[in-house]
Amino acid sequence: MSEPRLIEISPVTRVEGHGKVTIHLDENNQVDEARLHIVEFRGFERFIRGRLMWEVPVIVQRLCGICPVSHHLAAAKAMDMIAGVDQLTPTAEKMRRLMHYGQVMQSHVLHFFHLAAPDLLFGFGAPAEKRNIFEVIKEKPELGKRAILMRKYGQEIIEATAGKKVHGTGAIPGGINRNLPVERRDHFLGSIDEMTEWAQDAVKLARDYTLEHEDLVAEFGSFPSNYMSLVRESDGALDLYHGTLRALSSTGEMLFDQVPYSRYHELIVEDVRSWSYMKFPFIGDIGPDDGWYRVGPLARMNTASFIDTPLADAALKELKAVTCGTPNNSTLANHWARMIEVLHCVEKMRELLHDPDLQGTDLIATGDRREEGIGVIEAPRGNLIHHYKVDEHDQVTYCNLIVSTTHNNEGMNRAVKDVAIKHLSGKEQITEGMLNHVEVAIRAYDPCLSCATHALGQMPLQVELFNAEGGLLDSRTQCV
Amino acid sequence: MSGTKKETGFTFTIDGVEITAYAGETIMEAADEAGVYIPRLCDHEGLRHQGSCRVCTVKAGGRSVAACTQPAAPGQAVENESPHLTKMRRDLVEMLFHEGNHLCPICEASGNCELQAMAYRLDMTETTRFPYLEPCRALDASHPDIALDTNRCISCGRCIRASEDVDGKGVFGYVGRGIHRRVAVNGENLADTDAQVTDHAISSEVCPVGCIIRKRVGFVTPIGEREFDKGLIGHEIEARRK
Repeated sequence: MSEPRLIEISPVTRVEGHGKVTIHLDENNQVDEARLHIVEFRGFERFIRGRLMWEVPVIVQRLCGICPVSHHLAAAKAMDMIAGVDQLTPTAEKMRRLMHYGQVMQSHVLHFFHLAAPDLLFGFGAPAEKRNIFEVIKEKPELGKRAILMRKYGQEIIEATAGKKVHGTGAIPGGINRNLPVERRDHFLGSIDEMTEWAQDAVKLARDYTLEHEDLVAEFGSFPSNYMSLVRESDGALDLYHGTLRALSSTGEMLFDQVPYSRYHELIVEDVRSWSYMKFPFIGDIGPDDGWYRVGPLARMNTASFIDTPLADAALKELKAVTCGTPNNSTLANHWARMIEVLHCVEKMRELLHDPDLQGTDLIATGDRREEGIGVIEAPRGNLIHHYKVDEHDQVTYCNLIVSTTHNNEGMNRAVKDVAIKHLSGKEQITEGMLNHVEVAIRAYDPCLSCATHALGQMPLQVELFNAEGGLLDSRTQCV
Repeated sequence: MSGTKKETGFTFTIDGVEITAYAGETIMEAADEAGVYIPRLCDHEGLRHQGSCRVCTVKAGGRSVAACTQPAAPGQAVENESPHLTKMRRDLVEMLFHEGNHLCPICEASGNCELQAMAYRLDMTETTRFPYLEPCRALDASHPDIALDTNRCISCGRCIRASEDVDGKGVFGYVGRGIHRRVAVNGENLADTDAQVTDHAISSEVCPVGCIIRKRVGFVTPIGEREFDKGLIGHEIEARRK
């Protein structure tokens, strides 16, 4: 028997944002409690108040430098509603979709190749100096090259549709401020075949990893939960830009479906806990104990009836076959799901680039002004909700944001505890490699902690180990 | 501003370049015609000269003078783009950034803003040296078509002169003294004045920054098509140079 201990992993690395993990070990070295703490606070919901409604999509995207397009578009959708526009012009909607697919592609590629690949290629317990993108490039130069060029492609799509690769201004209330010139279209079409091939290879890589490590995937941070996402209203297909809300239980039972997202607040309740700046949402009718849910790529694969692009749909069927069509509860399967979405985005971009509506000149629609607007989108990390109220002077009076990582808060905490119990319990010596297992579980959700807390600051994660009396025994702080 | 040109002009030099001027013309007017750009913020075509921002300061006859108000003189040697004057102008512009709350990344005037464009022209690229004053200023959105975000005001007074001299309204005026001097409206708020969105004072060319906002325009003009995406501030004047 030994002294109770407290382990602190601080900061958690290769995630976006600032967080730490604390793990309490009792006198028998058994994990008593393990938590992901979000230690940053930003307050966008407060300081956006008073600003002018058309500024909102440009201001709130500053929540994030990785997925600003998601915030830009979710806010723009909310402002469409306030501007009284229920139907965008074809050019505006397709330009926004193109922007979004470029965004999801680049964000997923960034996560999979730059952040997660070192763990998957070299092992969770590999030396810390090995676990970075530079080592990936050194050992797998072709993979490294593709990672960079695929991300570049997505970023250039964003630049062509929003004006800048990061923090553009394309989406405006009621529409878009540009179309896609033919020469830009042709530039993108020139490498779309290559992108498709590389995306297929990425799906294969993630699939093979998942299937080859079947036992690890089945036990690593794997637990039942509910799942929620937007799906296409008409047929339940995967739709990253628009749709209605659908939620499933861990066994596939439909919890709700075809719910307009403007009614999100009737379904979702946000809980707060004293030890984190991030809220804990749950489905109100079920309650906080069982009503929590997960969002993101794997959640979308679970909720979507099918994918409306052939290559991604075939890949989805393969993923669903692993669990015989029931929801997949394995945290690590997120990587496979994420790459299926990259393939879907590439297919969608090809479809759009051949659509002459992208060269249309009818960019902005108008309507009768409303006081309240809700915009929901499927961001790379999952469902993203923006809700605003605007007064008669065009000034924002209310803002509520529920971002993907917030939806996943309970899920990530469960994953942390699950992995801590399986990999740290009973161990006398806790190594850095063991602690990285905890980070791997968090990383699989590709959390954006800055978005989730709407926070300013640096971007690390830390892990702490406490004894039974609450004394800090050990902590590890890692920098990317 | 000068009246009608006299028949016979005279010459003087700016940085060694011979410039033709006519009686009554300021250094800046003659320079503009000749395609020599002298940086300025408070001066604006069609409005009377004020000489308050001092960004147009040049050296003439050994003295520092405002080019927008100083008459050109025959045979005078004017210094415009010397390292010393450029640094002085950059310092002035930097201080303007420090006095207000200029958040270019989220400002709808970004790309059309003369203050931002001037900072680029003067190569204001280093870390700022002065402490931000971070004044607490309210946004006046009371008017149905116009908003006033004085966080971005640089007190150039162009709106004051445009409203008084062109619109004949006097919607804007200065209040306070010294560092506390600021532009205010002639009423409780903008809705309480005669301001109309069609006023010259409200037009985007008169306000050099994002202070006077025509509502619901915002980011309609995309990045790449904004005024200073076409070239450095002053490029149109420099294009006149033969």
